[in-house]
Amino acid sequence: MAQTHAASHAGPAHYYVPRPSIYPFVLAGGLFLLACGFILQVNGFAPGPWLMAGGVGVVLFVLHRWFGKVIHESQSGAYREWEDKSFRYGMIWFIVSEVAFFAAFFGALFYVRNISVPDLLSMLPRHEMTLYPEFKDLLWPQSGAGPKGAAFTPMGAWGIPALNTALLLSSGATVTWAHWAMLKNDRRQLNLGLFLTIALGVVFLAFQVYEYRHAYTDLGLTLGAGVYGATFFMLTGFHGFHVTLGVIMLAVIYGRCLKGHFDADRHFAFEGVAWYWHFVDVVWLGLFIFVYWL
Amino acid sequence: MSYAPTAPHDTQHDGHTPSGLLRWLTTTNHKDIGTMYLLFSLLMFFVGGAMILAVRAELFQPGLQLMQPEFFNQLIGVHALVMIFAALMPAATGFANWQIPLMIGAPDMALPRINNLGFWLLPPAALLLTLPFLLAVFGVGDGAVATGWTLYAPLSVQGGLGVDFAILALHIFGISSILGSINIIVTIFNLRAPGMTMMKLPIFCWGWLITAFMLIATIPVLAGAITMLLTDRHFGTHFFNAGGGGDPILFQHLFWFFGHPEVYILLLPLWGLMPHVLATFSRKPIYGYKAQVYAFIAIGVLSVIVWAHHIFTAGLPVPALLYFMYSTMAISVPLAVLFFCWIATMWRGAMSFETPMLFAQGFIVLFGVAGLTGLVLADVAADAQYHHSYFVVAHFHYALFAGGIMGVMTGVYYWLPKWTGHMIDERLGKLHFWLTIVSFNLAFMPQFFVGLAGMPRRIPDYALQFAEFNAISTVGAFILGFSQLLFAYNVWKCMRGGEKAAGRAWEGADGLEWELASPPPHHSWETPPAIR
Amino acid sequence: METTAGFTRPQPHMRFAGAFAALLAPAAALADYTWNFPPPVTPVARETLQIHNEFMIIIGVLFTVVFAIMIYSMVKHRKSLGHAPARFSGPTGAVQWFWVLVPFAILLFIDFVLMGIPAWRAVVEMEDTKTKADMVLKITGMQWKWQYEYPESDIRFVSALSTPREQIANQEAKGEHYLLEVDNEVVLPVGRKVRILLTATDVIHTWWVPQFGVKRDAIPGFLRETWVRIEAPGVYRGQCAELCGKDHGFMPVVVRAVPEPEFAAWVESKKGEQTATAAGAERTWSKDELLAKGKEVYEAQCAVCHQPDGKGLPPAFPALSGSRIVTGPLLGMNGRLAKDGHVDRVLNGKEGTAMQAFRNTLSDVDLAAVITYERNALGNATGDLIQPAQIKALRREAP
Ligand code: HEA
Ligand code: HEA
Ligand code: HEC
Ligand code: CUA
Ligand SMILES: [Cu+2]
Repeated sequence: MAQTHAASHAGPAHYYVPRPSIYPFVLAGGLFLLACGFILQVNGFAPGPWLMAGGVGVVLFVLHRWFGKVIHESQSGAYREWEDKSFRYGMIWFIVSEVAFFAAFFGALFYVRNISVPDLLSMLPRHEMTLYPEFKDLLWPQSGAGPKGAAFTPMGAWGIPALNTALLLSSGATVTWAHWAMLKNDRRQLNLGLFLTIALGVVFLAFQVYEYRHAYTDLGLTLGAGVYGATFFMLTGFHGFHVTLGVIMLAVIYGRCLKGHFDADRHFAFEGVAWYWHFVDVVWLGLFIFVYWL
Repeated sequence: MSYAPTAPHDTQHDGHTPSGLLRWLTTTNHKDIGTMYLLFSLLMFFVGGAMILAVRAELFQPGLQLMQPEFFNQLIGVHALVMIFAALMPAATGFANWQIPLMIGAPDMALPRINNLGFWLLPPAALLLTLPFLLAVFGVGDGAVATGWTLYAPLSVQGGLGVDFAILALHIFGISSILGSINIIVTIFNLRAPGMTMMKLPIFCWGWLITAFMLIATIPVLAGAITMLLTDRHFGTHFFNAGGGGDPILFQHLFWFFGHPEVYILLLPLWGLMPHVLATFSRKPIYGYKAQVYAFIAIGVLSVIVWAHHIFTAGLPVPALLYFMYSTMAISVPLAVLFFCWIATMWRGAMSFETPMLFAQGFIVLFGVAGLTGLVLADVAADAQYHHSYFVVAHFHYALFAGGIMGVMTGVYYWLPKWTGHMIDERLGKLHFWLTIVSFNLAFMPQFFVGLAGMPRRIPDYALQFAEFNAISTVGAFILGFSQLLFAYNVWKCMRGGEKAAGRAWEGADGLEWELASPPPHHSWETPPAIR
Repeated sequence: METTAGFTRPQPHMRFAGAFAALLAPAAALADYTWNFPPPVTPVARETLQIHNEFMIIIGVLFTVVFAIMIYSMVKHRKSLGHAPARFSGPTGAVQWFWVLVPFAILLFIDFVLMGIPAWRAVVEMEDTKTKADMVLKITGMQWKWQYEYPESDIRFVSALSTPREQIANQEAKGEHYLLEVDNEVVLPVGRKVRILLTATDVIHTWWVPQFGVKRDAIPGFLRETWVRIEAPGVYRGQCAELCGKDHGFMPVVVRAVPEPEFAAWVESKKGEQTATAAGAERTWSKDELLAKGKEVYEAQCAVCHQPDGKGLPPAFPALSGSRIVTGPLLGMNGRLAKDGHVDRVLNGKEGTAMQAFRNTLSDVDLAAVITYERNALGNATGDLIQPAQIKALRREAP
């Protein structure tokens, strides 16, 4: 094993270890309330919604305070390069875990399209040996033939989805533009770039809401519309949720930029959010190709 | 531009650390958090063990004596989930928290508040898992999840609100694991003392590093699977229902994509620990450091491509069966590397047999049984006979108890002097070891044979020809369970006092953590040591 | 023609004495017990057993060698003997490297040749369900019984546990085949290749007969297949092997293998029975007849969930006594099927719950009888009844 000697000044200065904080504990409590409330709610017990509301309240409050504290620490110069690097690594691995999360849903889509649906169809000719004789002889999109496999129209790719692709791609460009401006210390372009990114994100979400309404009211495409509906809404829904989070995060960063936070050397929060935004962007490309197009 | 480059107020020295309970709720200190993880784990070990002792009591004789089948099913599933998610994983994370900063010369974990959150998510999750038992007593719902720990759809779609509690509990356990993993990765990448290259990293840290990667890759997949389960249950989707074009087997694929790596997640930190213990008590350097590191990496990679060996009877196509069989067998190679290195580390050393060494050696032998039986389970044809029989139950208890829990005990006995500043009571420790070894085999060896004879797992009652072995197994399980009280007592005793431990508590111990006093100061390595 | 399934057992009251003796004198006392797979009766089972035995020897040798080395080291290289520790930390030089790599070469050989090749052959044989299959048996798993169908002969019946509840509750001495006995055994001809198709209606079940070396999941909505060729007449017992809810432990499989002529005779008699039942559906039944038959059906089919007294096990399994559905209107307007009415619930079950559709498992007579019984017993007294002929007509209506 490595030999050591009592070197006192060999490394960089102190690493910033924050003071004790009650926020993690309270946040865990908030999540507990939220989880209990949710379970009671879906099982039809009266106190559910109240517990959920309480949980959400606690969580939002703590996040607000916690992030406020972090921003304060950042502004007072507690974090230097060493800490900054930790945050960057942390953000990267967090995004990797999110990739794995989406991979599960893409995996499910792949599985139903290539394995379970063809398998179900292949049983048809064999002497009534299927539980679902009325299974529609269609490969994909498929809603199955169970009692709930109602008729629906699949979502086309070249209307709103294509538009949304364009929107998200340009928002990726604008956030990069803002970053470029940040590096050049051009606050005006920085703010403008961020503002545009947020605006594009919001328009994207508005379109998606519209699309969902359209699906439910006109196309008969619902969560219950077989595996097509299920994979469609789970994938786009979780993506939309991530876009929403991204927009909120961008908004916070925008606020901080307006207040004059960050400079060319020190803007981890900005970069972290930008990475996140790019990640959401890439996931959308996957969605566009595999959910809408192919 | 309000970036103010004032000197950071060094919060570590301002003396405002809260005391009493508040200290534990708010702490950002890796040692405090490590302690909480370990104590929580110990508590949950007894909770999970108590549940299964009730099960073993029911299985003592044929016939239903103590409980109804529904309750039986709830107990086995919650036993498994508690043992895995609330006992074994937190114990390993507790080790990581205590040891990684000490071993790599870091002032603390890289993200201390996140670290505290990681711990405090555990009690709510464990509570969610067990709450339905209590609710049922008050007439709400029909008890905890009754599907076994695997939560297979559509049984879990059919189940009562216990399933929802389990899903949410797993989500929260999962968040905790992800946060813990991120923290460990960042700490190892960013907070090593100057001069400590990756190839000088203590091997325990390597074990955890690979574990953390595996957690980040697989826990989210479990989260995805149980989310789909939740929407199938309550929001009308058909992921796992052929009626809508879905497939119950999809759930199994997703579950085992997580579930198989999970078994290595449970053991990798302990495989990382073993070389330290063996080297210490053999007074020899670790044999084959690099080979072991590469073996860890190989295990990490292989672990995510072999999952379907758990569903050989589900009717996969032949090429898939063959692929999963051979890839599973391939895992024996990196594991043989580990065994080889462990034994070579002891070879021609000057061994002494203190309690941690005994546990390490017991671990090696019994985990050998688990690994070798795992190898035959990998055979598709023979697995048609083994699958879902008690043979599998015996296999994985040799891995999870003799590997997991005994590995944790090795670590606790090894590091307890460092943590508390007191040597453990060797006499008690040895008694604990021998009781454990004998009763463990008494409890689980017979299960191999009932399994071969055809006893399925997860049944509350069984045919008469299985009676004798089950009776023996129950007797063994009870001795095993109650012997663990000795462990708890020994830990408690060590925390309270005893012979003072030197900084280098064990004669042959090597590594940064042994350069510090025992117990180490509340803030250690504030100035990083330099490694030559 | 019954060969025992390979177990000889001491008397029940000797069991615990046996257990303790086992602790003291393993060899003598345990000579009787099964240490390995039960005797194989199909080609696949024989092959599986052989593979298993080979593997046990291989891993036994590995285990012995590896740990003999370790124990040798533990005995020799100890501090108390004054052994001075060596300092090596890895192989050096070609010779050492060679000796390090040998074990891995051996291991690879074991994995992919010694174990890998027989495994390959066995898998291919196991999965070959189609070539030269003589007949088809279709098995449907449902909570907590098996339905067997012979598509070629139009035979269909349900097979459920027949061990009395009193034995399970320890109120009676346990019989020889405790938990491994059923009301209707599946009968299969000896020497024929039987292709088995499996599916399930509610959750996943697994059909397992150890002596056949066959274990295959029955998955709701999908077909899975496997095959057997039974080599010796006898009664072979197994169990459901996938956790399928409350009574997973009480879902045995019993196969009676008989010589070809006996099988043919059995098929004929079974067919006769079914024609008789079908004929029963044509005539009008009296209320007493229906109640008597209904009680029988209820106890066989429904009591596992709704309990013999009809009180159920709420909240998972609702009470039928006083149930709104059971005491509500029998039929909808114009004698048609009422959605979510009593007949609909029994005929079509309820998706996503344990309440299965009984339209495929029960005959018209059984259905009429059990519905009548439920409405007039178990604390209910609606006074109405339904005839098999009505059920027959209602079956055709969409759920
Ligand atoms: C920590 C836990 C753990 C570990 C480490 C393992 C390790 C392994 N397991 Fe196990 N397993 C479980 C926990 C574990 N398992 C659990 C919990 C289940 C059941 C889950 C459920 O259904 O609920 C299970 C089930 C299970 C199955 C499914 C059985 C079934 O349900 O049908 C299979 C099948 O392949 C399997 C295989 C293996 C293999 C090949 C290994 C390999 O990693 C083993 C590798 C080790 C060795 C091969 C030994 C090393 C070598 C030597 C000792 C000497 C040789 C040396 C030289 C020649 C130098 N396991
Ligand atoms: C880390 C994992 C882990 C650990 C440590 C254990 C530990 C034990 N397990 Fe478990 N087990 C699993 C993981 C684990 N198990 C899994 C994954 C399953 C599969 C579940 C499924 O099918 O879904 C399983 C299933 C399982 C079964 C099969 C059930 C069935 O299929 O029907 C059995 C049966 O004997 C069993 C027994 C035991 C015993 C006797 C112990 C002993 O080691 C326990 C030792 C006992 C104690 C530690 C208790 C001490 C308590 C007291 C002395 C009382 C005092 C009380 C208080 C202080 C509160 N386990
Ligand atoms: C495997 C378990 C199981 C079996 C066997 C079973 N049932 Fe049920 N039954 C249920 C469950 C669960 C429900 C509740 C369904 C729901 O949630 O609405 C139910 C509901 C019912 C209801 C509606 C009661 C109400 O008030 O909601 C009737 C009537 C009924 N079953 C009749 C029968 C008959 C007749 C049989 C036998 C031929 C039978 N059941 C066998 C599980 C079962
Ligand atoms: Cu059917 Cu278990
Ligand atoms: Cu596995």
